[in-house]
Amino acid sequence: MVERKDQIQDRVVRSTKKAEPIESRAKSAEEITGNQSLFSRRTTGDIIFDSINTVIMLLFTAIMLYPLINTVAMSFNDGLDALRGGIHLLPREFTWKNYETVLAKQGMADGAKISVLRTVIGTVSSTLCTALLAYVLSRKNFIFKKPLSMLYVVTMYVNGGLIPVFLVYKSLHLTNSFWVYIIPGMVSAWNMLVLRTYMNGIPESLSESAELDGAGHFTIFFKIIFPLSMPVIACVSLFTAVGQWNSWFDAMLYNRMSDKLTTLQYELMKLLSSVTNNNANVETMKNANNVVTPRTMRAAATVVTALPIVCLYPFLQRYFVAGMTIGGVKE
Amino acid sequence: MKDNAAGLGQTLTKGPRTLINKKLLKNQRTLILMGIPFAIYAIIFCYVPLFGWIMAFQNYKPKDGLWHSKFVGLLKFKRLFGDDVFLKTIRNTFCMGAMNLVFGTVCAIAFAILLNEFWTVKGKKVVQTISYLPHFLSWIIVTGICFDVLSMDNGIINEVLVGLHIIKEPVIWLAHPKYFWWIVTFSNLWKETGWNSIIYLAAITSINPDLYEAASIDGAGRLSKIWHITLPGLKPTIMILLIMNIGNVLNAGFEVQYLLGNGLVQSVSQTIDIYVLKFGISNGDYSLGTAAGIFKSVVSIALIAIANFGAKAAGEESLF
Repeated sequence: MVERKDQIQDRVVRSTKKAEPIESRAKSAEEITGNQSLFSRRTTGDIIFDSINTVIMLLFTAIMLYPLINTVAMSFNDGLDALRGGIHLLPREFTWKNYETVLAKQGMADGAKISVLRTVIGTVSSTLCTALLAYVLSRKNFIFKKPLSMLYVVTMYVNGGLIPVFLVYKSLHLTNSFWVYIIPGMVSAWNMLVLRTYMNGIPESLSESAELDGAGHFTIFFKIIFPLSMPVIACVSLFTAVGQWNSWFDAMLYNRMSDKLTTLQYELMKLLSSVTNNNANVETMKNANNVVTPRTMRAAATVVTALPIVCLYPFLQRYFVAGMTIGGVKE
Repeated sequence: MKDNAAGLGQTLTKGPRTLINKKLLKNQRTLILMGIPFAIYAIIFCYVPLFGWIMAFQNYKPKDGLWHSKFVGLLKFKRLFGDDVFLKTIRNTFCMGAMNLVFGTVCAIAFAILLNEFWTVKGKKVVQTISYLPHFLSWIIVTGICFDVLSMDNGIINEVLVGLHIIKEPVIWLAHPKYFWWIVTFSNLWKETGWNSIIYLAAITSINPDLYEAASIDGAGRLSKIWHITLPGLKPTIMILLIMNIGNVLNAGFEVQYLLGNGLVQSVSQTIDIYVLKFGISNGDYSLGTAAGIFKSVVSIALIAIANFGAKAAGEESLF
C-alpha cells in the first residue's frame, strides 16, 4: 500500500513537470482521485517493463559505484590484510597509514601544488581570454569577424599533430616550464563558440545604450556582457577546471625532466605504472613486514586525486549538464 | 553605437557588402586592437605547427632545423606504409574507434530511454547523477580502477565469473590480446555512457507529449511507444552526433590504450598516436612521427567529409 502511494506521488510529480513526456497530463487528475483507476491503467506489460527496467537501473548503478566504493575501502584498509582479499565495500582493518605514506611520498606535495596552481591560473586565464574573444566576435559589425572566427573554427578540425606542436613549444621555451600548462590552453575554439552563441542572444540595446553613455568595449565587456553571460561562463570555466585538474599528458611530454613541475595526476600515473610493471614489489614489501602495499597505496593516491572533483561534483553538476545542452548548439 | 551607425550607413548606401574604409577602421579601432592578439595567438599555436608538416617530407635533423634538413620526398611515407607495426596501429585505431563509436552510441541511447522510462523521479535523478560521475575522473584514475577490477588476485570480475562457474580459474585479462579491445570498449562505456546520454535525454524531453498520448489511446504499449515515437524522435540528434563522432574515431585512441597497454598486448593496443609518441618523440625520428600524424589528420578530415556527405545525400541533418 505504501509503495503504491509512493508511485502515485511520483506520477503526480511527473505529470506536473511540464517537460516530462511520459503518459498523458490529462489523466493525472484521475490518478490522484483513486488508486483503483491507477491500478487498472497499469497493464501487466507495464509492470513487467518497470520491474525489468528497475533491475537494469539497479545493476547499472551497482556497476558504476562498486569500483569507486571498493577503491575507497581499499585505501583505508591495512595493506597486508588487503592481500588476503575479500574487501568489497568496507575496510576490514582500518588504518590511515596508506594516506600517511602517500602524502609523505616524494613528489606528491609538489604535484598537488602545481595541480592546484595550474587549475586556478589556467581556468581564470582561459575563461577570460576565451570570453574576450567571444565578445569581439559577437559584435555584429566587426569587419574582421568572419576571418577571425574562421581562423579559430578551422583549428577545431585541423591541428599540427604531436611532433610539430612539441617542436613549436620547445622553440618558444615552453618545455620544462610551468607555462606550458597555461598558455596553449588560453583560447579554446569550442568554448568560444558556446560563449559567442550565448552572447549573440544578449539584447544589443544593452551594449548600445552603454556605448551612448560613452562606455568603451572593455567597459561593456566587463560591466555588461561578462556578468550577463555568467551561466555559460560558469560552466565553461568548470569544464576548463576539470580538464586542467585531470590532464597528465602535458606533464609527461613537456615537463618530464623537471620534478618540481610534476602534477598530481602524473604522480598517480607513475605510481600506477610502477605497480603494474613490477609485481615483485608486493613480495618484497610483504617480507619487510610493511603494512603499506602498492595496491592500498595506489587506492589512497586515487582517492586523494579524485577527492576535489567528487566533493564539488554534487554542487556543480547542474552547471555541467547545462553546459552539455548549450554545447549541443549547431554552429 | 558608433560602430553600428557606421555599419548601418555602409549597408544602406553600398548594398549588403560591408566595405572596408578608413572611417570604419577608425571606428572599430578598439575591436581591431582587441582582435589582433587573438589572431597572433591562433597563428603561433595552431598554424605555425602546420608548417611543421614539411618535416614529413624531409630527413629532419634537430641540429639542421626546418630550413637546412634534406628533402626526401615521400620516402618517410613509404617507410611508414611498409612498416608492419604501423599498419597494425591503423587497424587497432580504427577497430577500437569503431567499437567505441558503435557501442558507445547504442548504450547511451538505450540508457537514456530506459532512464526516461524509470518510474520514480527521485530514482531517475540519483541514477543520472551517479552515471556521469566517472566522466569527470581522469583516465589515470579510471585505468587504475580497471587494473583493480580485472586483477588476478581478488579482482571483482574474476571473483564473480569464478563464483558463477563461467570460468574455472582467474584470468589475467590484460595479458591476452583477444580481450584488449573489449576491455578498452568497456572502460569507455563505464566512463562515458551516462555523460553521452545527457544529450539524448534532452532530446527525448523535447519530443511532443501529445504523440505519446495519442499512441496510448490507440493502445500502444511501452515498447512500441519507444520504438515508434522515441527512437524516430531521436533520429536527428543521433545523426548529428554520429557525424561529429565519426570524425573523432581516430582521435579516440590514445589515453586508455597507452595506460592499459603492456608488452604482452602490444600488437593490438598500439594506436597511431602511441606510434607517433614512440617513434617520433622517444626514438627521435621526428619526420616519421609527423608523417604518421599527417596521415591521421587527413583520414580524420576525410571521414568527417564523407559522413557529412552521406548524411546530406540521405536527406538527413548535416553539419555544414
